[in-house]
Amino acid sequence: MSTDLFAVTVLGHDRPGIIAATTAGLAELGLNIEDTTMTLLRGHFSMMLLCRGAANGAEIETALAPLAAVGDLDVAVRRVTDEPSHASGGSQWVLTVHGGDRSGIVSAIVAEVAAVGGNITDLTTRLAGELYLLVAELDLPADVDEPALDATIRAAAAQLGVTATLRPVEADEL
Amino acid sequence: MNLEQGTARLTAWSEAELGIEGNVLDVVRAPAGVLSERGADVDPAAPEMVQLAADLVATMRVSPGCVGLAANQVGVGVRMFCVDVTDHPKARTLHGTFVLCNAEVVEASRNEKAREGCMSVPDFTGDVKRGSRLTVRGQLPLTGEEVEFATDAFEARALQHEIDHTDGLLFLDRVAGAHAIYPRQTYL
Repeated sequence: MSTDLFAVTVLGHDRPGIIAATTAGLAELGLNIEDTTMTLLRGHFSMMLLCRGAANGAEIETALAPLAAVGDLDVAVRRVTDEPSHASGGSQWVLTVHGGDRSGIVSAIVAEVAAVGGNITDLTTRLAGELYLLVAELDLPADVDEPALDATIRAAAAQLGVTATLRPVEADEL
Repeated sequence: MNLEQGTARLTAWSEAELGIEGNVLDVVRAPAGVLSERGADVDPAAPEMVQLAADLVATMRVSPGCVGLAANQVGVGVRMFCVDVTDHPKARTLHGTFVLCNAEVVEASRNEKAREGCMSVPDFTGDVKRGSRLTVRGQLPLTGEEVEFATDAFEARALQHEIDHTDGLLFLDRVAGAHAIYPRQTYL
C-alpha cells in the first residue's frame, strides 16, 4: 500500500464549504490529512495541507476538480517527500516588527536572520490601514550571539522607521 | 507606605482630587512614533501633568470598553496612564479609577495568556502572556505621593499593558507567536 505524501493547496475566493468539499474529496480516496494551515489573506482563502494514502496525484486532482469548476479557486496537488523531523539544537525566538507600511520591510529584517543562519519556522504579516505588522518564529543556532542579532535587527528596523522586538519563546512545561 | 497603605490610598483616590476638569483628547493609532518610544519621566505636580491626568481619565470615560489609557496614546510622550477595570468580569482585586506617574513593575508572577486589544491598535487583537499576580510602584498626580500596591487578574493585566505603553511597547511586541495575532475586521 502506498504511503505517498501529497501537498494540496487551495487558493482563491472565500466562501463557506471549501474545507468541507476539499476534505470530503480526500476522504473518499481514503487519504489521511496530516498537517494543515489555512487562513484568509486579505480575504482570499488560502490553505495548504499534507495528506497521505494509497492514491496518486491524478486521482486527487480529479476528486478535487469540482472545487475549481466555478473558476474562482486554484487547486494544486503535488507529491512531496518526507522531511526529517526538525531538531535545531538551538533556541526558539519570536520577532515582532511593526510600523508604517513601506516596501522592503520583510526582506530587510529577515536578511539579518538569515545572515546568522537563523531559520524562520512560522511567519505572519498583516497590513491594516497604515500599520504593517510582521510576527515570525525563529530557530537560532546555538552559537548565535542573540543580543548582537537583536541590535542588528533593531538597527535595520530603525533605518526603515519601524520597530522590532526579539524575545525568547516562553514555553511552560507542565 | 506599605502595600496595604498603598492599596487604601489608591482605592480612596478619584479624579476629583485633581480639582480640574478633564478634556477628551484624540487617541493616536499605530504606527504613530510616539507609541514606540519610551516616555519621559514626569513631575506629577506640574500643572500641565495634572491637567493631562484629568484628560486621560476623561478620555477613558467616554471610550467604550476602555479600561486604561496611557499618555502616549493621546500623543504625549510621558510616563503616565490611567486605569479603571471596575465592573470588568475578569477583574478580581479592584482599586477603582487611578492615575499613576513613572510607574514600574516591582514583581510579576503566575503568568497567564489572554487575548488583548488596544485603542491604538484597533485592527488586531493578540494573545499575550502576563503576570496574574503583580506588585506595582508609581506616583499619584498632583501630590506626587509614591504608592506601592499588589493586585491580580485583569487589573494586573491592564497595569502591565499600560506600563508597557510608557516604555514604548505595544501588545504586538509581546504576542506569543506568529499565530497569536488576530485581525479584528474581515476584508470582504
